[in-house]
Amino acid sequence: MFDVVRERVRQGYRTCRYPALAPELPERFLGRPRIAAAPCPPGCADCLAQCPVKALELRPQGPALDMGRCVFCGACARTCPQKTIVFSRDHRVASRSREGLIISSTDPGQQPGKAIPLFRRSLRLRQVSAAGCNACEADCNVLTTPVFDLGSYGIDFVAAPRHADGIAVTGPVSENMRQATLDTFDAVPDPRLVIAVGACAISGGIFRDSGECHQGVSALLPVDLYIPGCPPHPWSILDGFLTLMGRSR
Amino acid sequence: MDFSYRESVDLRDAPCLSGENFAVEVQACIARGFRVGAFFGLPHGPEDVGLVAVLCPEEDGNLCVLHSRPLTSYPSMSPTCAELHWFEREVHEQWGITPEGHPWLKPIRFHAPARSAFGEVRPRPLPGQTSYFAVQGPQVHEVAVGPVHAGVIEPGHFRFQCLGEEVLHLEISLGFQHRDIERMLTGGPDARTMHLMENAAGDTSIGHSFAHCALFEALTRTEPAPRGQMLRRVALELERLANHTGDLGALAGDVGFLPTLSYCGRIRGDFLNMTALLCGKRFGRGLLCPGGTKLDVDEALIAELRKRLAAAHRDARGAVDLCLYSNTVRARYDDCGPISTNAARACGLVGVAARASGLARDARVQFPVAGAAPGDIPLSKCESGDVYARACVRSHELDRSADFIQRALNALPEGKSAVSTPALPPHRMAVGIIEGWRGEICHVALTDAEGRFAAYKIVDPSFHNWFGLALALRGQQISDFPLCNKSFNLSYCGHDL
Ligand code: SF4
Repeated sequence: MFDVVRERVRQGYRTCRYPALAPELPERFLGRPRIAAAPCPPGCADCLAQCPVKALELRPQGPALDMGRCVFCGACARTCPQKTIVFSRDHRVASRSREGLIISSTDPGQQPGKAIPLFRRSLRLRQVSAAGCNACEADCNVLTTPVFDLGSYGIDFVAAPRHADGIAVTGPVSENMRQATLDTFDAVPDPRLVIAVGACAISGGIFRDSGECHQGVSALLPVDLYIPGCPPHPWSILDGFLTLMGRSR
Repeated sequence: MDFSYRESVDLRDAPCLSGENFAVEVQACIARGFRVGAFFGLPHGPEDVGLVAVLCPEEDGNLCVLHSRPLTSYPSMSPTCAELHWFEREVHEQWGITPEGHPWLKPIRFHAPARSAFGEVRPRPLPGQTSYFAVQGPQVHEVAVGPVHAGVIEPGHFRFQCLGEEVLHLEISLGFQHRDIERMLTGGPDARTMHLMENAAGDTSIGHSFAHCALFEALTRTEPAPRGQMLRRVALELERLANHTGDLGALAGDVGFLPTLSYCGRIRGDFLNMTALLCGKRFGRGLLCPGGTKLDVDEALIAELRKRLAAAHRDARGAVDLCLYSNTVRARYDDCGPISTNAARACGLVGVAARASGLARDARVQFPVAGAAPGDIPLSKCESGDVYARACVRSHELDRSADFIQRALNALPEGKSAVSTPALPPHRMAVGIIEGWRGEICHVALTDAEGRFAAYKIVDPSFHNWFGLALALRGQQISDFPLCNKSFNLSYCGHDL
């Protein structure tokens, strides 16, 4: 008993005060990309060739980057001869609309979108892993640890869809998980939400061209919140949830 | 044919055996003390598929590769070599090659058959829809769980045959996570390859990408940059620290010992954040490349890593000791889900589960990567094979991994972090073997005439170990399932690919 108390004192208090205080992110973290309004050199398409997920498109005003597909590998930014594409350390990448994830020099990505007041104080989610690689799942799960303390925001991952306000789907949705994903959604009482966590759930991610996957939950159900990343940083996920609740900064 | 795990071979130099002889040779090899590293179908033409077996010695030494002519059936080896039963089911499902006499040929991934050769047109099975082991009797009941579980966890289907609380048998049916990675890798390498490695099992991004790099370097006869190699090993041990800490916390949570659960949840994140210092991503994505690491570290970063490691290791030690020295926890861990050494060997366990059952299986010792001394991370082993043993192996490894990282960062080789690699040579085969945090990760690839991947086989440790979990639960209370399951903590997507 004495040991338990002593260790409790040693381990200290670790919960972060988010969003009041900005989270600490690593120096090399790649967050929300920015695209400068500089014309590309004629004929240059180096970034397109580097991208593993075809997230880039060349428009007359320069490249446009789809965060819904992007795995944030940074290959495009490294290859760009004039630093048109740069990645900021802003972890706030979530959007309520699919178009809000597309970033170009003329459009820095729309504002995250309107909150749903009904969920302002409480959000209960059933997490469905549909061929997710366990990175997005782990970074959802970590939100329940004391550092993030998900419960203190009124958010929780619940065991049964009957108790949930919606589903948070990770993974590209394999054919073998298609029915189970739809069944879980059907078991959630109305009004209900669908949250796509990670590039795979939004667009299929790196598995977009796999014949065994469905290009994410977006291809199967209407999505209320998109949280890009591969996987999204836990702070990005929490920011997404708070955005939906109208409690983000 | 024998070959070193760090070199490549031309499979055409090995005799192409008939199905019967292949089965005889593989069984003879296993009788001599080898175990199965990989076993897979190799397409020779659009309709012709042969078998390849890569066998690993129990001690260190050369690997053995055997392969067969294209065939449609061969005598099953599962009746004598239990560790092959899952592999034989896999090959049958993928390629329609029948192991004659296999005790129960059922799908393991429930995907569309890769081809409908040999006149047998098989419909795609529905996931989880197959015959299950059943126990009959007036008081026997069946409990079915999944694919969607109650926690934030990957999907799988579990069926328990119970008599009261006691589990007579557990059958595990997976495949829900199947994404067809191996097929996406053939024809590569390309821009997607490293990303597919990192996504094979996301919690083992470093392990799988390291195995791929080792394989790539064996194929191209490249010595990786010593500095990059050391950084990769640091990242691999960080991955182990993070996951072992998380597992030890989750084990404590499953017996209701909450302090350790909550500390470990946070400390696991500290280790992941250290990996993020290296490359920006908590799971280490984008760090490794064939030839070394894409990113380097400077003195300031090394100092920061060492400082954070010392603090996180101390915290982890404190949190874990609290639980392992608690009598109430011991009472729950002891004798829970035991696997004997013989059973572990027979079903081919690897990694933490194997070492907890007294088997000295650790690829870091048996197959050290280029530049590593075999004993620089000593092997941790227990004998009792129960949940306590699996917890103890993890607990020992926390110290050994942390100690190694401190030493490695203290004496990081000078120079660049990566060397460039040439293109893949045609018609070569090589393996990449890495001890991931769950156990041995084995990648095998063969190149075609153009030097592209003709076949790429990934064997995640979970592929060997899922059956071990089923075995561990026999005769246990069904209420101990979460604890047993956590003590293995196997990968669904690593198995399903
Ligand atoms: S950072 Fe995103 S857009 Fe750029 S190459 Fe990588 S995946 Fe493509």
